[in-house]
Amino acid sequence: MTAQAQTLTAKDFKSDIKPVWCPGCGDFSVLSAVTKALAELQLRPEKVAVVSGIGCSSRIPAYTNVYGFHGVHGRALATATGLKLARPDMTVVVTGGDGDGFSIGGNHFLHACRRNVDMTYIVMDNEVYGMTKGQASPTTDPDWCNSKLTPEGPGVTKLRPLNLALAAGANFVGRGFSGDPNEVARLIAEGIQHPGFSFIQVLSPCVTFRSEQRGWKDIVRKDTLKPRHTMAEAMQVLAEDDGFNTGILFAGDRPPFQPGQKAVTELAAIERRFAS
Amino acid sequence: MATHSVSIAFAGSGGAGVMTAGQILLDAAAKAGYYGLMTRSSGPQIRGGEAAAMVRIGTKPIAAVDDKFDVLIAFDWGNVHRFAAEIPLLPDSLILTDPSQGEIHAALLAYRTRVADLQMAALAKAIPGGRVNMVGLGAIAALIGLPIDTVVEVVSDQLKKKGPEALQASAAAIRAGAEATAGIESPAQLAPALPSSVEHWNISGNEAAGLGAVRGGVRFCAAYPITPATEVLEWLAPNLADLGGVLVQAEDELASINMCLGASFGGVPSITATSGPGLALMIEAIGLGIASETPVVVVDVMRGGPSTGIPTKSEQSDLNIAIYGMHGDAPHLVLAPNAIDDCVFTTQWAVHLAEALQCPAIVLSDQGMGQSRAVVDRPADLAFIARRVTAEANTQGYRRYALTGTGVSPMAVPGTPGCMYTADGLEHNERGTPSSQAADHQKQMDKRADKLADYDYGNHWADIEGDGEVAVITWGSITGAVREALDRMAERGLKAKLISVRLLTPVQPEKMAAALAGVKKALVIEQTHSAQFYHFLRAFYRLPAEVEVFHRPGPLPVRPGEIESKLAAWM
Ligand SMILES: Cc1ncc(C[n+]2csc(CCOP(=O)(O)OP(=O)(O)O)c2C)c(N)n1
Ligand code: SF4
Repeated sequence: MTAQAQTLTAKDFKSDIKPVWCPGCGDFSVLSAVTKALAELQLRPEKVAVVSGIGCSSRIPAYTNVYGFHGVHGRALATATGLKLARPDMTVVVTGGDGDGFSIGGNHFLHACRRNVDMTYIVMDNEVYGMTKGQASPTTDPDWCNSKLTPEGPGVTKLRPLNLALAAGANFVGRGFSGDPNEVARLIAEGIQHPGFSFIQVLSPCVTFRSEQRGWKDIVRKDTLKPRHTMAEAMQVLAEDDGFNTGILFAGDRPPFQPGQKAVTELAAIERRFAS
Repeated sequence: MATHSVSIAFAGSGGAGVMTAGQILLDAAAKAGYYGLMTRSSGPQIRGGEAAAMVRIGTKPIAAVDDKFDVLIAFDWGNVHRFAAEIPLLPDSLILTDPSQGEIHAALLAYRTRVADLQMAALAKAIPGGRVNMVGLGAIAALIGLPIDTVVEVVSDQLKKKGPEALQASAAAIRAGAEATAGIESPAQLAPALPSSVEHWNISGNEAAGLGAVRGGVRFCAAYPITPATEVLEWLAPNLADLGGVLVQAEDELASINMCLGASFGGVPSITATSGPGLALMIEAIGLGIASETPVVVVDVMRGGPSTGIPTKSEQSDLNIAIYGMHGDAPHLVLAPNAIDDCVFTTQWAVHLAEALQCPAIVLSDQGMGQSRAVVDRPADLAFIARRVTAEANTQGYRRYALTGTGVSPMAVPGTPGCMYTADGLEHNERGTPSSQAADHQKQMDKRADKLADYDYGNHWADIEGDGEVAVITWGSITGAVREALDRMAERGLKAKLISVRLLTPVQPEKMAAALAGVKKALVIEQTHSAQFYHFLRAFYRLPAEVEVFHRPGPLPVRPGEIESKLAAWM
């Protein structure tokens, strides 16, 4: 081993495990963007952890060459929060899908935004549950009728993840499109560098259950979101947003949350307080 | 006649200072060299309902609440009769009442005890700043023969911050109460305290669990409050931070357990505490801990169930969910402390085992231990600490779930170069790569089962005491009452062996067989409605031909006398 660490490339952050994804799935590009961002930041692979829940998109950790935790459905943010609070020296990235993050994990999403622990959350939004073969998610349009579970459409207003993140207090909010992995990589790199909780929605087509999403490439407006620094300004932008603008919406200045770790006492001193 | 143990119940409406009086009595007893136990009870109101502080003081360590109380003192009678079943009295017990504060309810008069009047309100009123509960405390101290100066000393220590006036008022009220008992015959005078070379501690079961955790090396906790476990978390909050650790309040138990797994994955021994409803929410993630081989300790301070049940009362009815709650074949550790001071050791041991075996451990405490406070000998530190087998940096061809002889594989702590891996709840091969191959499933299942089954747990798996052809098999907090019952039987010349199981899973059939050698019949004792422990024993152990079970649910604590009469009839 040389003392001087070598320059790392995106390839160094990829594992040799072959993804289970369908050919053409948007998540391939997101995986590339993640590894590209980590290389750009020249982070040591052993100092990075990717944490996820369950879903097609949640498979990412094993495909990277950093530490990973593929946990249970919906709880990735909690797992990542514990890791980061216990190990502030690690760079923590969380990945998952819209079902994982906004449905079963919705409560954790709210509280991760307001808790503002220094980590970066990437949601691959395909407006569907891919892994369970095509049911409506919280971001599915109310009149989408292609699921056997909701043949007449879910009939429920779609969730607007950026609005939610902003309202709940996320310190960095952005949106990318898997069709533009360079932009996604830039967003991820910026999100990792920005202190506190960074949320990045990546529009990532499910070519199998939402083949019409192949058309997203023609609708997405690249880099049209520019960082605002107050919630009011960012909210105003969102009032006009149809969900297809990409870029950084918000970069705030709330200090990250890190409790405890005072290290001012010995155990013996604590024990003495019980003596009667 | 001097006695070796007295039991006092203070009762009254919320705000009357019932708990303070009980607490000070316990502290004063400790200061005077006695052992003690204080349990508490309160009505369903969030604040201001009726409250009872039940204190037992003795010359020897106190194993359980006694069969009856020697004195019930009520500062007022509000809804105190609701405690009638919890405060059993005998004809030679004494009720102290202030006639200006209402009449004694028929439910209590039914005990046909002696009653004596004590003008607590008037006495308190005559002292500027005087409080009724201090008058009552003084009266009790005088009646049981606890030195009044010691009581005043304890109060002085506690009121230091409030200034000399508050102190003077309390001291005067305590002395006034003591003097007012002239003419009241004492129901029980304490024998002198025995000299002891061991330091005495005043500790609750929940604090003890917290202490055991940090003794074992825990430095992370994620917390979601729930009665009766909250005090574990509240004790850990400042102490973990002071020791350089972290406690974070989570949004729910789904979060708290997963946060613990994340921290533990990061190499930091982690714990959370909850009660039945919270444990139910945590089950899926405990399964993740088992599959991903991530150590974590969950302290379940049991309360009456199912559902919201009886949050403030004890029961042992989470045994089934703790053992069988997980989906899939999911070997894990379940341990149970069997006394307040044992909450220190058992929790510490659980941390040690969880870390050594890379496996979740559930510690089954209960409300009866958790929220009670005892004066005990300082619990010895047996130095069981977290020691995880970790991977060396740049291990060639590192395989996180490698099949080793022991089933325990070196775990790379994030930050270690050259050993990056992904922990997974999906079935996986040795490397950690998801796999649904039959061979991988079989091997990893064997590994996870064998590492627990083959480990040497030493003598701590159970407390085994006494001899005889008759055995009582029990577990958890009820052990205290069983111990006292067996002591009483021994005094009558009836011998029985006690087996109190601390390590519930993995089961220890060989050790149990050795413990049961020569035993002809066994009585199983537990506090559940459906005899969960009995069925568990039947499923996993060879028991003597003649086995019976004594079981009943909460909320009333099982008292030694109840067990004694059961044993007497059965032996
Ligand atoms: C507790 C639990 N409930 C349900 C499931 C089944 N399940 C697996 S993935 C998934 C949804 C995945 O959708 P999403 O998060 O949007 O990810 P995608 O597959 O689309 O990438 C569900 C419901 C599960 N694994 N665990
Ligand atoms: S089902 Fe959809 S989301 Fe899942 S891998 Fe296939 S294309 Fe991707």
